[in-house]
Amino acid sequence: MLDRDLPSQGGLSVLEFRQVSKTYDAGHGRVTALKDLSISVRPGEFLTVVGPSGCGKSTLLNLLVGLEQPSGGDILLNGSRSIDRRRIGYVMQNDNLYPWRTLRENVEFPLELRNVPEAERRRISLDYLAKVHLRDFADRYPHELSGGMRQRGNIVRALSFSPDLIIMDEPFGPLDAQTRLLLQNQLLELWADEGKTVIFITHDLPEAIALGDRVMVLTARPGRVKSVHDVPIPRPRNVRHLHEDSVYRDLLSRLGDELAEEISAGGVSQ
Amino acid sequence: MSVVTMEPKAAPVPRRLSRASKIRLARLVLVVALLALWELGSGRLFATFWVSKPSLIAVYLWDWIVSGDFFHHLAFTMGAMLSGFAAGTVLGLAAGMWLSRAPFAAEVLDPFLVAMNGIPRVALAPLFVVWFGIDMLPKIVLVFTLVFFVIFYNTYAGIRSVDRRFTDLAWVMGASETELFLKVILPAATPYIFLGIKLSIPYALIGAIIGEFVASSAGLGWKIQMETSLYNTTGTMAGLIVMMTIVVAMNAALNALEARLLSWRPEAREVRAQGPQA
Repeated sequence: MLDRDLPSQGGLSVLEFRQVSKTYDAGHGRVTALKDLSISVRPGEFLTVVGPSGCGKSTLLNLLVGLEQPSGGDILLNGSRSIDRRRIGYVMQNDNLYPWRTLRENVEFPLELRNVPEAERRRISLDYLAKVHLRDFADRYPHELSGGMRQRGNIVRALSFSPDLIIMDEPFGPLDAQTRLLLQNQLLELWADEGKTVIFITHDLPEAIALGDRVMVLTARPGRVKSVHDVPIPRPRNVRHLHEDSVYRDLLSRLGDELAEEISAGGVSQ
Repeated sequence: MSVVTMEPKAAPVPRRLSRASKIRLARLVLVVALLALWELGSGRLFATFWVSKPSLIAVYLWDWIVSGDFFHHLAFTMGAMLSGFAAGTVLGLAAGMWLSRAPFAAEVLDPFLVAMNGIPRVALAPLFVVWFGIDMLPKIVLVFTLVFFVIFYNTYAGIRSVDRRFTDLAWVMGASETELFLKVILPAATPYIFLGIKLSIPYALIGAIIGEFVASSAGLGWKIQMETSLYNTTGTMAGLIVMMTIVVAMNAALNALEARLLSWRPEAREVRAQGPQA
């Protein structure tokens, strides 16, 4: 089990945002996407982030993976200001496997970039594909796979090179409800195996509570941290049966109210 | 485009013809029907003098191949065509790769490229004779000016159309500029580039033949022109059939190569490419 009492400050966090702001020059003035956002992500933690649309979610993602730089504040990865993007695994919203590579070659792509020898790459990729029950599909091209299969491939690609931090952007968004439940459970198993730190961004509150150790709620634009909630549901969890859990139901209704406030606030300001 | 239907991998009724064999059979029927119409109509519906007929052409071709200078002319035309094609492909690829990564230069050069590509190549042919003589060189240059632009524009468009998500993701995963280009951009653009190469084959032949029409001492174009000036339509038709065969054969070879290189592509997805204004 995870130690939930780790101090949230200092060198013990994998990732830390300190008063991070991001503003853009729009034609008619400046737009603030994120304001004074502070987050501290503990090692091995599964942090989920929810927010109304327009909460600066994509800005947050781009800052996390280094595609954009903050206008103010600091982002620290393992206590260092210079973010080594090679230590971060990223799972995008849409399945994003390269169509000209087989499933296995896709999983091996980040390993290739790290000059891992071929035999080793093969062993690692087949291991991971077996974990998500895709070993038999290793040599298929993405267009020959279902949406759920592709998304599983996407996830193990981000794990294959043992990153310090995995960032997931609504990875199950486009999938049907049944596949979603299946993949959520598989993701939790995988995470329990690997002990990796995960930041999981979603619009789906039940998903955020079901998966996370902590749920962070963002405000409507400009994005700020509205609240952070511990999810004291014991692990291993079975996502399929969580709706019977009273702690889960209680959190769902409380967070649902908070989110609704932000959604109506966002609606008024527009 | 017709509707693409999925067919089961193992056909339940093995005796029925596959779609591919049906297409091949239909093509054969079409060829035979057209040749029969030509053969039987010639001399009855229209005078043989103007259109010749398949049996005469076959005999002419046979004599030409066995006793004549067929291979001399074929080698001349193919030599010009393939050299110009090779040079145009290599430099078109290089220019496309460079300009797609250099937006400033691309914008500066754009009107010049449009203007140069706009010149009808027939108008250039006499100038090339003045510059390069009447041997193979002016034909090679003419082929080059056609092929280059087809390959260049397709490579450029192909690289520019690579999905941002693909390149962003590779960057996040730690790809260097070189890796990004070789492992993501180039494979993603390959369907466009390949289509450009296929599109340029008929242009390569057009260039070689125009060059031979203007001034030459050999080649299929020169042969056709000579036969036409003698009102020998059988000889002209024989030359045309040889040219058609060249284009079809090269296209088939490239299709085979494409099937291997682009086996990852779902068949339903097709890339639209840009042709030249030649």
